[in-house]
Amino acid sequence: MNIESIFQAVFSEAGVFYVCGGVLLVAAIMVITLRNPVHAALSLVLCFFASAGVWILLEAEFLGIVLVLVYVGAVMVLFLFVVMMLDINIAEVREGFVRALPVGVVVAGLMAVSLIVVVGAKRFGFESFGPPIKAAAGHSNTAEIGRTLFGKYLFPFEIAAVILLVAIVVAITLTLRKRPDTKYQNPARQVQVRRDDRVRLVDIPSESKKGGAP
Amino acid sequence: MIPLSHFLILSALLFSVAVAGIFINRKNMIVLLMCIELMLLAVNMNFVAFSRFLDDTDGQVFVFFILTVAAAEAAIGLAILVVLFRNRRTINVDAISEMKG
Repeated sequence: MNIESIFQAVFSEAGVFYVCGGVLLVAAIMVITLRNPVHAALSLVLCFFASAGVWILLEAEFLGIVLVLVYVGAVMVLFLFVVMMLDINIAEVREGFVRALPVGVVVAGLMAVSLIVVVGAKRFGFESFGPPIKAAAGHSNTAEIGRTLFGKYLFPFEIAAVILLVAIVVAITLTLRKRPDTKYQNPARQVQVRRDDRVRLVDIPSESKKGGAP
Repeated sequence: MIPLSHFLILSALLFSVAVAGIFINRKNMIVLLMCIELMLLAVNMNFVAFSRFLDDTDGQVFVFFILTVAAAEAAIGLAILVVLFRNRRTINVDAISEMKG
């Protein structure tokens, strides 16, 4: 097997799927097992990249890019910011890790087996869901989503905007705190102030020195 | 070509890993939030795969809404975490017991 055939195998559709899927699962396992929360957050970033690859393979290009830009660019940076800001005692939060490990593995294994039995090739293989049609050249996934989003789902879209606004307000109100010892300006009082509050004119009679020079 | 079942199995495995993470990291609130993100990612992958195989864009619009709600949830969750840490100096979930839930 020469290098060229390996190259072709990796960059075929199945190759991209299995590489991205494998990276996704390994990174997910790293998220839940790594000691350091910073490393866990960075593994989560890798998870998002790998699943963006799978989504682009599914011809959902817009969502793949949104996942990288919004999730890796904004949400994960927020996560990393909070993780690095807090001084976490790792020994305390890791307590009970080994004890809970068998229970978690057993429950997750049972869940995975039952899910795979349900969604396996018998019901969701090519017999029931035929291979999807390739989009024509020049087809724009973004334009299609835009038409659906601003047509059929316009009202839910507005509600999503309100949810984001609520999230902004909640996050700011929760973390805002008054510090009594810091000095600050009161703009209302600054605007209200009049000339008479600040300047006092005093009438002082002039004195003339005897034989004084000018 | 890859059948739909492969995508569904991948997302089922991802979801199971996230559930295992919730079991084994019961005290670490940050990793719990990350596990919730992983679960939402698995659900989104199902939506995208079905949207592709049923040739219907509505599934992708739903993923868009889930991403919105997940971003809001992460922001509020982290804000709560910061307030908790400011008051308690810890992120141990066991320390939050005033409401006797």
